[in-house]
Amino acid sequence: MTFDPSAVRAQFPIFAGANGTALHYLDNAATSQMPRAVLDAIVAFETTSRANVLRGVHRLAEAATEAYDQARRRVARYANVPAEEIVFTSGTTGSLNLVARAFGDTLSAGDEVVVSGIEHHSNLVPWQMLRDRRGVVLKILPVTDDGRLDVSALDRTLTPRCRLVAVTHASNVSGAVTDVAPIAAAAREVGAKVLLDGAQRAPHGPIDIPALGVDFYAFSGHKMFGPTGIGVLWARRAILEAMPPFLGGGEMIRTVTLEKATWADVPHKFEAGTPPIAQAIGLGAAAEWLMRLDWPSVTAHEMRLTQRVLDGLSGVSGCRVIGPSGLQGRVPVVSFTLEGAHPHDICQILDSHGVALRGGHHCAQPFMDRLGVTGTTRASLALYNSEDDVDALVHGLTRAAAQLQ
Amino acid sequence: MSDELYQRAILDRAKSPAHAGRLEAPDATATVDNPLCGDRVTIDLKLDGDRVADVGHHVRGCALCQASASVLAEAAIGQNAADIKAARDQLKSMLGGSDAPGRPWQELGIFTPVRRYKSRHECVLLPFDALSQALGSPKSS
Repeated sequence: MTFDPSAVRAQFPIFAGANGTALHYLDNAATSQMPRAVLDAIVAFETTSRANVLRGVHRLAEAATEAYDQARRRVARYANVPAEEIVFTSGTTGSLNLVARAFGDTLSAGDEVVVSGIEHHSNLVPWQMLRDRRGVVLKILPVTDDGRLDVSALDRTLTPRCRLVAVTHASNVSGAVTDVAPIAAAAREVGAKVLLDGAQRAPHGPIDIPALGVDFYAFSGHKMFGPTGIGVLWARRAILEAMPPFLGGGEMIRTVTLEKATWADVPHKFEAGTPPIAQAIGLGAAAEWLMRLDWPSVTAHEMRLTQRVLDGLSGVSGCRVIGPSGLQGRVPVVSFTLEGAHPHDICQILDSHGVALRGGHHCAQPFMDRLGVTGTTRASLALYNSEDDVDALVHGLTRAAAQLQ
Repeated sequence: MSDELYQRAILDRAKSPAHAGRLEAPDATATVDNPLCGDRVTIDLKLDGDRVADVGHHVRGCALCQASASVLAEAAIGQNAADIKAARDQLKSMLGGSDAPGRPWQELGIFTPVRRYKSRHECVLLPFDALSQALGSPKSS
């Protein structure tokens, strides 16, 4: 197998639809684009098999249920876990809130939950809410100067009261990939579970979740070339079975009387109501599409472009990279500041050069405080990006610096 | 093209803003945040009765926000809460497509290129919200 970036890019209609206007899409950490295979899967379902799932016996209902189950199997293969351990949610935020409720409400006052200073608000605020609801103690793993979790602080942060360590697998700001092994080992030592927020890791190749030694893993469809409104929570079957349901309603019950209800088997216990069926099928198609790629080549391509970004930024006056300076232990997400220029002004000017970036606090205000900045500008790459995209970024930034500084 | 958004008039205002810096012993102070982007504007006022006698400001924000605070700080002197509210309403209408306001707010006309960029309207309005809040007047819609 080989990987041809331009052939892959040609599979994404949005780039063909740019009508001669340059589209250098470098906001993939926010939302990635969808390939034809995903769009086709969604349209095929909606036009040939649209029906509710799991209950109907008519032809369309059977087809819809099979397509939904197939999507779960495809996502499970991408994550190397059994399909019945894949819970479909609305996204990473939905997954994290599910754990904060279903697992969190089994905790007692004085139990400890550890997060880090690098987290997206979605992996911080639900735990703050749990703290206020249950009286658990929320502890923070510190961050190093180059934007990584400070694993040297594990020993003094984790105590025998720790029940859960919930951290990002890859930072949406710095691109740093978390060194999971020491975290999993330290958590095991005190009997705590580990949750990884994999939203930024999922687009960059199949995930071997069992090899990570963690207990929960969350990710989103729309960041891995799938639709919005769909995400995944993985946990081992025994953990899912031990957790009470989060939302109650249809699809998640076994029997209901006016007095009480019993729960369906996992994962359905956690999928109350009609699920986002087309979105799940789209995500399944995205996982399948990703599985067919030659990942060593894709990763090499992503890292080559990341190096090109880092080299280009080093030549722009007043530009400072936030986060790891090299390619080790990172995804292709690069944050930077430009002296004398506000991220939103930079993004606006870059937009006029056809370059889509994100500026601001990236839903990680505590991390911004830790770095001593009010916001950063972020270029986040995906497998369909090219040298051209990077060069447009660097050229536009040089222009923006001249204008704003 | 959005380069036209960053015209000389706005950039000059942003780079050397009038009345930048906090006042010593202000009669009124307010800080407002834009929750979408994390921008923050603090306005200090000296008052003469119900009228603004002096303005100081600290802006942690983009060039549009800086420039807006600068124009506002100059034009607000001698104005009362009702005047500021009226000016904010005129500015908002202008961003929606109406003509630029007349004296003493005519310089707000430099922000007409912002019209096309709805996500940036708040950047220009934020200093007005801070000043109105400092004067104790409720923020207009």
